[in-house]
Amino acid sequence: MTLMQSLLGAAATVALTAGAALAEPGLVIDMGGKFDKSFNEAAWRGAERWKAETGGSYRDIEMQQEAQREQFVRRMVDAGSNPIVVLGFQNMATLEKVAPDYPDTRFALIDGVVDLPNVRSIIFAEHEGSYLVGLLAAMASKSGTVGFVGGMDVPLIRKFGCGYAQGVLAANPNAKIIANFTGTTPAAWADPVKGGEIARSQIDQGADVVYAAAGATGIGVLQAAADAGVYSIGVDSNQNHLHPGSVLTSMLKRVDNATYEVFKAGPAVETGIVVMDLAAGGVGWALDENNAALITDAMKAKVAEAEAAIIAGTLKVHDYMSDDSCPAITF
Amino acid sequence: MDYAAILSILEGAIRLATPLLFACLAGLFSERAGVFDIGLEGKMLAAAFASATLAAVSGSAWVGLAAGVGASLVLAAVHGVASITFRGNQLIAGVAINFLAAGLTVLVAQDVFALGGRTPALTGAARFQSIALPFAETAATIPVVGPFYARVISGHALLVYVAALAVPATWWILFRTRFGLRLRAVGENPAAVDTAGVSVTGLRFAAVMICGFLCGLAGVYLATALGAGFVKDMSGGRGFIALAALIFAKWRPWPAMGATMLFGFLQAVATRYPRLDLGVVVVPSQFIDALPYILTVVILAGFVGKAIPPRAGGIPYVKER
Repeated sequence: MTLMQSLLGAAATVALTAGAALAEPGLVIDMGGKFDKSFNEAAWRGAERWKAETGGSYRDIEMQQEAQREQFVRRMVDAGSNPIVVLGFQNMATLEKVAPDYPDTRFALIDGVVDLPNVRSIIFAEHEGSYLVGLLAAMASKSGTVGFVGGMDVPLIRKFGCGYAQGVLAANPNAKIIANFTGTTPAAWADPVKGGEIARSQIDQGADVVYAAAGATGIGVLQAAADAGVYSIGVDSNQNHLHPGSVLTSMLKRVDNATYEVFKAGPAVETGIVVMDLAAGGVGWALDENNAALITDAMKAKVAEAEAAIIAGTLKVHDYMSDDSCPAITF
Repeated sequence: MDYAAILSILEGAIRLATPLLFACLAGLFSERAGVFDIGLEGKMLAAAFASATLAAVSGSAWVGLAAGVGASLVLAAVHGVASITFRGNQLIAGVAINFLAAGLTVLVAQDVFALGGRTPALTGAARFQSIALPFAETAATIPVVGPFYARVISGHALLVYVAALAVPATWWILFRTRFGLRLRAVGENPAAVDTAGVSVTGLRFAAVMICGFLCGLAGVYLATALGAGFVKDMSGGRGFIALAALIFAKWRPWPAMGATMLFGFLQAVATRYPRLDLGVVVVPSQFIDALPYILTVVILAGFVGKAIPPRAGGIPYVKER
């Protein structure tokens, strides 16, 4: 009987380890769509990089509606995926509910913190990256007025706006910053028509650099800026190629690296809080052949100086989410 | 608020009101003939998708225009067959069209372009560019009137001017032609029209197809002039705001223009002032966004005049046997 038991136990262990070895990583994409040219697309690129390097395969699924969040994550677990990267702060509540039910599966949440033993919480220092592009915006602006178009009005996006405003004021203390949000529902991530209209209104008010932190809505913002012949700043992914000569730079949020690392570590990925800040290479700004002509050496020098100061800790960029207020701008 | 700000808001109001105006006039034709149409949204979305797709492939905005109007006409024909020929419930047919368009556009876009339910961004001749009216440059120097002409009246896409001309055209067709008289009669008392020997089915089909044509223009404007390409759900409830405007305008063409301009103006204000400070209170933009619906409820409740829909609206016509 005992022999039987241990035999069965051994067989079960073998089956389980075999299952773990075969487990494919999973990617749960937030609303706005896989190809939003921004946040979600960055994660997808990271996953594709892993696929190309290792020859492995992964599953992905796209949220279409609010009601699907929990169901989709559960479906991903049921399909045997491990680890599972879940995108978007709105899935904090989802994982708080789902993750305890599957202690053997490891989750990685991007943009939110969930304090559970099987969740890796990855947060980015968007305020530091936004500060750098704010410096560039203020130096590129001729009118002294710059714009910010946020997606959904939530603390995370205000964090982008707050860092940006601090950067703008650091380079030009007299600058005027116009900040708008597209909406208060997740639909605000995918409304380029409204984004374009907001950008036009800001340009009419004198803004000649507009920073979009709005997912797919930002496509409309960049388009409106290109139509009006002013500069825009992309977000999350490198969006410089969308309108060469008009997109001044892009605030890079290396969601691709975060996703890649989780996929690479596999089911044994470390859990806990991971902060991707400037020092860790988690955020930055994009410089390539599409915007090389727009960035002068003086601008580069000033940004490099700020980068060094932030990494050394001598320059502290205020994080909106630390106290829900911003010294540089009132939203 | 200075004069430049007012001009900027008015300019935005016209841009935003144009798709509403097209859709509102579309609904006007259909409902005046006794066919309720809540599928304006779906037809607009289908037209936006078809025009963006064909414009992206061909590189010509005019090809996109034809495709967009064509797609909208097909859906209008479906609505006509369901609600006129087969005497189905007009509201349910409209809802079906909305769902069909919302799903089908994304599915086909993903299959064709693999960009996540989006079409590529349109550039150059694939878009209706803004056109400057004659003397806009020179007129801009005239005080007050000059900038108004140069910024608010001039410099819109061609379809904006088409929408403005569609209003008197609609008025003329409905109130000055024999076809218009019959069309209105068929929405009030189809039996009388039938007794006079005029085809009720034919008139209602004509109205539904005109509705499809105008909805098509609304969608084409969204995708190839206001925006630059199709994105999932890009009509964003404009078909429903147009229906609200139709009730607000009490099913008449000139007030339809007024109502859509008002709603466009409200959207432009909400866009420019996320927190409108009136001195006493601060109005959040969400409230201004909701105003069209609130105003419609007020009108429907009978506080400001009375909104009486065409009497035979929503009722399929059954010939006496």
